[in-house]
Amino acid sequence: MAFRDGPFENIKVPLAWTAAVVVIVGIIGAVMLLLGDGRQSRNVGGYAPVRAGFETGAAPVGGVLSAPVRWTGNAVDYVKGYFFAVSENRRLRAEIVELNAWRDEALALKNVNGRYEQMLGVKTEPPIPMVTGLAITDARGPFARSRLLNIGAAKGVRVGNPVLSEHGLVGRIMGASAGNSRMLLLTDVASRTPVLVERTDARAMLTGDGSGSPRLDYIRGAGSVQEGDRIMTSGDGGGFPRGLPIGVAAKGVDGTWRVKLFSDRSAIDYVRVLLFQDFSQLADQNALNAPPLASLAAAPPPTPAQAAAIQDVATRRAAAAAATAERVRAANAAPPPAPVATTALPTRTPTAAATRPAAVRPATPQPRPATPRPAAPAPQPVAPAPDVEPTPAGAAE
Amino acid sequence: MRRAITVRVVGPLQWIVYPALSAIAVTVLLAIPFRLFGLNLPEPVLPIVLAFAWPLIRPSMLAPAVLFGLGLFLDLFWGGTLGLWPLSLLAVYGAILLASNFLAGQATIVLFALYVASTGFAFFLAYMITTLSLGNAPSILAVLGQVVPTLLLFPLADWLIQRFDDADVRFR
Repeated sequence: MAFRDGPFENIKVPLAWTAAVVVIVGIIGAVMLLLGDGRQSRNVGGYAPVRAGFETGAAPVGGVLSAPVRWTGNAVDYVKGYFFAVSENRRLRAEIVELNAWRDEALALKNVNGRYEQMLGVKTEPPIPMVTGLAITDARGPFARSRLLNIGAAKGVRVGNPVLSEHGLVGRIMGASAGNSRMLLLTDVASRTPVLVERTDARAMLTGDGSGSPRLDYIRGAGSVQEGDRIMTSGDGGGFPRGLPIGVAAKGVDGTWRVKLFSDRSAIDYVRVLLFQDFSQLADQNALNAPPLASLAAAPPPTPAQAAAIQDVATRRAAAAAATAERVRAANAAPPPAPVATTALPTRTPTAAATRPAAVRPATPQPRPATPRPAAPAPQPVAPAPDVEPTPAGAAE
Repeated sequence: MRRAITVRVVGPLQWIVYPALSAIAVTVLLAIPFRLFGLNLPEPVLPIVLAFAWPLIRPSMLAPAVLFGLGLFLDLFWGGTLGLWPLSLLAVYGAILLASNFLAGQATIVLFALYVASTGFAFFLAYMITTLSLGNAPSILAVLGQVVPTLLLFPLADWLIQRFDDADVRFR
């Protein structure tokens, strides 16, 4: 039968079989996708453009849907503020009284801290630029906890940037397109953040597991964590700046140490993205690339007093060096010492004297300061001079 | 006198495409960052309802393909591992398809038990895949926080089955 006669027209395959074939093909495709997509390597893999394209399309939809919710929240806040103005005013007055004392203490501590930093030569980190964005969609499941933000690479957002709310660290950027970016929350199962305990400076790893309070793993030191300890970023590894607040330590129901996040205090709608890459970003690249000791060429000229002191020290050092050289030369030119009479040391034999170690009596005659030698000048006046270092600071003193 | 007979045609558009689009729309709606009294919106996996109901309605080549697309949508929209939900949804669909001959015409309580088992199977698969791929097990409580809202969607699956199951023996 020819193909144009339709030899397959009479073949009837059960629908369940064809559906099963599609299921099997789909499962194979899903497994291939799984093997090709590790969440850790999503940004260097081939799926990053797919995700960026999808999020570019999904972001406007999320923005439109979340706008009424935001407006409603603002309206509720406005009405609430109107009705509760008196009680809030009282509360704020009491808070101001309390905060005034803290402000004075903070100013004093800031002054002392600045002096310590100056004395110790501590290189503090310069301020990091940041951009503000809005979360438009929210994934809260156990297998993925992330948020889509309405700011992207066009505003300088890059993969790895830390994200903060008004209370503390929220997560970091894990994908960015031109106008949008996706933020991986600290609670996501793929999130790992190096942290420290503020009280003991002990290091740990904050590990998300899809729950509201991430776990503290690899805590260094026994008893280094207590209930209520403040947890903040340690800056280890260079992924985050040091000292970003995260939360307080608490015991979980499963007995592990967990962190109650500061960012849980309110909804995460507006966020700030720190445009932080790593520590090399914070250093002045020109200063790092400058040749060694280049700053000496730019040092200011010494004052006349410093110049005179430096010249004096240099003269003393030269005189001391010349005296030492003359003394050695004179010692070398002097005749060898006369042989000592054997009656003075009757127990010593020439053989015994010859077998003495060189360290006790070296072969080369050494100068003896106690013996008067008119050929060599007296070195006493310049003896302490070599101890003085010819540095400008030392000379000035 | 002959009366005109109205024939109601229930095609794939009615029982596959519209429910799938509805699932996408509700998923997007529930992803709004809305918080009231410290509580967020629930986040059920809506396509599990379809993966359970579709093979009980009738076998179809389109249904698993759409489920694959729905799973991809969930992974991309939630920012999860790509392939996680396509595999879980198709595994549920395949298992129900294999057992559909034994499940046709069962009572609602039996279907509910089967729905619980299907949902548990899908989440178990997702849990294992996540644990193996990331080296970190998700919290059981967090998983339950998504399983329970998904289980509460059983009336929707039951309605779909009652609405579109035509009891045609050709599809048994």
